[in-house]
Amino acid sequence: MKLFRLLTGRRSAPLARERLQILLTHERGATGHSGLIAVLREDILRVIAKHVDVAPEKVEVRVEHGEEVAVLAIDVEIPEAAARAAMPRRGGWAA
Amino acid sequence: MAEVIVVTSGKGGVGKTTSTAALGAALAQTGQSVVVVDFDVGLRNLDLVMGAERRVVYDLINVANGEVRLQQALIRDKRIETLYLLAASQTRDKDALSEDGVRRCIGELQGRFDWVICDSPAGIERGATLAMRYADLAVVVTNPEVSSVRDSDRIIGLLDSKTMKAAKGERMEKLLLLTRYDKVRAGRGDMLNIDDVLEILSIPLLGIIPESEEVLRASNIGAPVTIANPQSAAARAYGDAARRLNGESVPMTIPANRQTLLHRLFGRRAAA
Repeated sequence: MKLFRLLTGRRSAPLARERLQILLTHERGATGHSGLIAVLREDILRVIAKHVDVAPEKVEVRVEHGEEVAVLAIDVEIPEAAARAAMPRRGGWAA
Repeated sequence: MAEVIVVTSGKGGVGKTTSTAALGAALAQTGQSVVVVDFDVGLRNLDLVMGAERRVVYDLINVANGEVRLQQALIRDKRIETLYLLAASQTRDKDALSEDGVRRCIGELQGRFDWVICDSPAGIERGATLAMRYADLAVVVTNPEVSSVRDSDRIIGLLDSKTMKAAKGERMEKLLLLTRYDKVRAGRGDMLNIDDVLEILSIPLLGIIPESEEVLRASNIGAPVTIANPQSAAARAYGDAARRLNGESVPMTIPANRQTLLHRLFGRRAAA
């Protein structure tokens, strides 16, 4: 077994991690608790907080179920001053 | 008013009872009053791990049903005078425990102790949900192994929906206690590492308990590992975790057993 591993360089933990991540994303949806939404919310919050000062309670993440598809809706309320600073200037170097 | 902690995991055999006893003893060693409560009705074992199996007269069910006074059922530890045990019943089944009875019992314990630590049964049924129902904080015991991580994830979902805190719309605090961790195997990529488990479960880390022979030795002699061998790696890791519960800021390290050269050369077991 050790020789096999030396030859193939296979490690089992990354596979365990990948299997769990796929399984749990699925199960969290199926068992009805909003684990995925909570995780998404935290990640989104972290990314936004890198650039804009935003209060955690002003970030809302929810799934809206339609007939055919579900929509992931994300509402983020940011302070007006931060929004203005974040807007690209007209005639800037974006051309 | 006591802090009520539930030690839970979903999966059996990951170290809930060991952790309850070790954390309880470590907190009591600081002079604070602690009661450890066994919720595993019908399969009690906390009494055995604490070395008090021959001293159980009355139990949680007797108290919850109002058959005896709390004082009559509490067993005082012979080594640490601020540590108490409330055992589970061995002869009755979990349906003998009423939600109302548990609420009253926990309420009374809260008034008497600084810490109330509830050892949850495995599973996700009534016994487990009753153990977590009135907790302020959950310690989720997890092994770095796929089935344990999956079950912990499920328990985290229950903590967010079945506890009183959740019912009141408050945030239930959950901390991860990673047990039976083997730094060498994780380093080789043969065991999920700390970051893997933290990323998957996304709850803060309370502590990392290394795999240790001292845990079995401690249960053999009927003492929490923090008392049986305070110098062992597992005991020091539990001690650190207890200090973090106490609000101290302790760097997150994985204590190692001190080994002699001879031990290193000849004591290594063959990889399974």
